[in-house]
Amino acid sequence: MIHKNLAKELAASALQMVWFIVLLFPFLVMKVSVTAGTALVRFRWGSLPAIAIVSFIASFAWGRALEWNSHRGDKEQKRTPLTPIKEAIAAALARKPIRRVVLLVLLAAVAVYPFALGMYHTNIMITALIYVILALGLNIVVGLGGLLNLGYAAFFAVGAYTYGLLWKFVGPSFVSAGIATGWLFWIALPIAGTIAVVFGILLSLPVLRLRGDYLAIITLAFGEIVRMVLQNSGPVTGGATGISLIPRPWLLGLKLPPKQAATYIYYIVIVLVILTIFVVRRIEDSRVGRALEAMREDEIACEAMGIDLVRNKLSTFALGAFWAGIAGVVLAAQTTYINPDSFTLWESIMVLMAIVIGGTGSIPGAIGGALLLKLLPEYFRPLAQYRILIYGVAMIVIIIFKPDGLFPRNRKKYTFDAQATEPQAGEAQK
Amino acid sequence: MDYFLKLFLSGTAKGSIYALIALGYTMVYGIVQLINFAHGEVYMIGGFTALIVGGFLFSLGVSTPVVLLVSILAAVLYSAAFGFTIERVAYRPLRNKTRLSALISAIGISLILQNFILLAQTEKYLSFPSYLPELKFLLPVREYINSTQFIILVTTAIVMVALTFLIKFTRIGKAMRATAQDKQMALLVGVNINQVISVTFIIGSALAAIGGILICSYMGQINYYIGFVAGIKAFVAAVLGGIGSIPGAVLGSFILGWTESLGTGYISSDYEDAFAFIILILILILKPDGILGKNQKQKV
Repeated sequence: MIHKNLAKELAASALQMVWFIVLLFPFLVMKVSVTAGTALVRFRWGSLPAIAIVSFIASFAWGRALEWNSHRGDKEQKRTPLTPIKEAIAAALARKPIRRVVLLVLLAAVAVYPFALGMYHTNIMITALIYVILALGLNIVVGLGGLLNLGYAAFFAVGAYTYGLLWKFVGPSFVSAGIATGWLFWIALPIAGTIAVVFGILLSLPVLRLRGDYLAIITLAFGEIVRMVLQNSGPVTGGATGISLIPRPWLLGLKLPPKQAATYIYYIVIVLVILTIFVVRRIEDSRVGRALEAMREDEIACEAMGIDLVRNKLSTFALGAFWAGIAGVVLAAQTTYINPDSFTLWESIMVLMAIVIGGTGSIPGAIGGALLLKLLPEYFRPLAQYRILIYGVAMIVIIIFKPDGLFPRNRKKYTFDAQATEPQAGEAQK
Repeated sequence: MDYFLKLFLSGTAKGSIYALIALGYTMVYGIVQLINFAHGEVYMIGGFTALIVGGFLFSLGVSTPVVLLVSILAAVLYSAAFGFTIERVAYRPLRNKTRLSALISAIGISLILQNFILLAQTEKYLSFPSYLPELKFLLPVREYINSTQFIILVTTAIVMVALTFLIKFTRIGKAMRATAQDKQMALLVGVNINQVISVTFIIGSALAAIGGILICSYMGQINYYIGFVAGIKAFVAAVLGGIGSIPGAVLGSFILGWTESLGTGYISSDYEDAFAFIILILILILKPDGILGKNQKQKV
C-alpha cells in the first residue's frame, strides 16, 4: 500500500520535474547577452542535470510537506524527542529565581559583547539592534493593530534626516558657540521621535477610511513620496548624495575615537532596545493594546463595542512611527552618512519580513526575526549573492508551514479557577 | 496645443501598457482578493523570454516576421506558465488563510523571481532589440505618434475587445464572474473554482507578457528590476479605477498615463514616479473604493 503511494508520488514528482525543466530552461540553460543591438544566446548544458535533480527533490519534498501540513491538526500532537527538553526549559523558566539568573547571564553577555568580540562585530550588532527597534515598532502597527504598513522606512528616514539636517543647519552655530557637537545626538533623539510621530499622524489621516489592501498600497505610496522628496530637494537634503560627516555622540564633553564610539553607541542602542521592549510590553496588555487587537480582529465589531477607531488608528501609526524615528537617529550616528537609498521600499519589506518570520504580534518574534535577518547574512558572506533568494523562499515556507512564526506569541490566558470561585457560588445558593 | 497633443498621445500609449498589466492585477483581485505582488515579475519574465527566444532564433538566421511571432508566442506561453505555477505553489496552500499571509507569500515570490533572473541572467541593463516594424503610413504624423506607440494602442485595443468578449460571452467567463461574485455559491452550482482561478492567473499573466514586450520595445531596454516599478504603477492604476473592476483598471491606467506624461511635461521630470502616488492618495481620500469600484457593504 505504502509502496503504491510512494510510486505514485514519485511519478507525480517526475512529472513536476519535467514541467520545471521546461519552465526554467530558457533562463537557466540559455544565457543572453546583447552586443551592438543583437542578442547573443549561449547554452550552459552543464546546469541541466542540476535543475532536474533539484526540482525533482524539491517537488517531492514540497508535496510531502503539504500533505503533512494538512494533517497536522488532526491528531494529538505527537511527542518528539525534543518535547521533554522543551517542557523542562519551560518549567525552569517559570520559576522566578531561575528566570532571574538567566536574565542576568543574558545581560552580562550583552554587556561584555563589544569587549569580547571587537569593533567589527560590535558594528554589525548595532545595525542588527537598530532593526530590532524598527521591528518592535512596526510590530505595534502590523502585529497589534493589523494595519499593513509598507512605508515604514519613511519614518526611519524622517528620524535619520532630522539628525542629519540638525547637524547641517544647527551644527555650525554649535561649533561657533563652542558647544560640543556630540550633544546634538541627544537633542536629535526626542525631536526625531516627535517629528516621526507628526509624520505618522499625517499619514494616518488619509488612511482612516481605508482598509486592508488599500491601506498597504497607500502607505507604500507615502514611503516612496518621502524618499523622492528627499532625493529631489538637493539644496536642503543634499539630494542623492545625502548628508555626510554626521557626528557620533560624545561621552559627556569627550570626543571618542571610532572604536570607543562604536562601543558607546552599542550601549546606547542596548538601552533603547530595552526601553522599547519595556514600552511595547506595557502597551500590549494595556487598554490601548487590547483595543488595537480588537481592531485587528474586526474593525466593525470593534467600533460597535465602543472603541474609537479614529483615535486607535492615529495612535497606532504614531506609536509605530516614534520608534522608527529614534532608530533613524541611531543609524545616522552610527554610519555618520545618510542618503535616500537607505530608505527604499525594500527596507520596509525587510522589517516586515523580520516580523513575519519571527511571529506577528510577538515581542520575542520581532527581536529574533530582526536578529536572524540581519546577522545571518553577515556571517554567511559566501552566500551573500543568494541572500535575497533565500529570504524569499524562507518567507513562503514559513508563512505556509509555520504561520505563527518561529517565536510565536505566548498570549496571556485568563483561566477560570473553579476552586477559587466555588465558595462564592455556594453562598449564592444559600 | 501641439505640445499638449504630443504629451497626451504619449500618455495614452503609456496608459495602454499600464492597462495590460493592471488587468492582470484586477482580475486576480476580483476573484481571489489577493494583491498579486509578483505580477510585475511575470511581466518581466515575459520580456526576458522574448529577448532570449528572439535572440536564439536570430542567430539561427530565421526571418524577422517569424522571429517576432515566435518570440511573442513564447513570451505569452512562458508568462502564463509562470503565473499558473506561482498560483499552485505559493497561493493555493494559503487560500483559506488570512489575506496578510497570501500577500507576504506574494512578496516572497516577487523577491525570488527578481533574484532568479538576476543570478541566472544578468544584473545589467540589456538593450532590447526593436522587434516591432516601422510603419510607413505614420510618417506624416510622426511628430505626434511613432509606430511603436501606434502598435501599442492597436494591440491594447484588440486585447481589450477580446477580453471583454471572453468575460461576457464564454462559458469560462461566466464562471469567472460567478466566482468573483460569490465563491461559495459558485462552488455549489458546480463551478470548478480551482480551474477558474488557474485560468484567471493564466490570462492575467499572458496579458502581462504582451505588456512586457510592448514596454520593453518602447523603452528599448530590459533589466531584472523593471517588473517592480511597472508592477507598482499598474497596481496603482488598478486601485485608482477600483480594484476588481475591469473597466476601472483601464480607466485608471489611462488617467495614470496622462497624469504622468502631462505632469512631467508641464511641471517637473524629477517627480515622474511621484505623480502616480500623489494622484492615488488624492483619489483614495475622495473615493476610498476607487473611481468605478463598488462601495461594498461590510458586515461582521
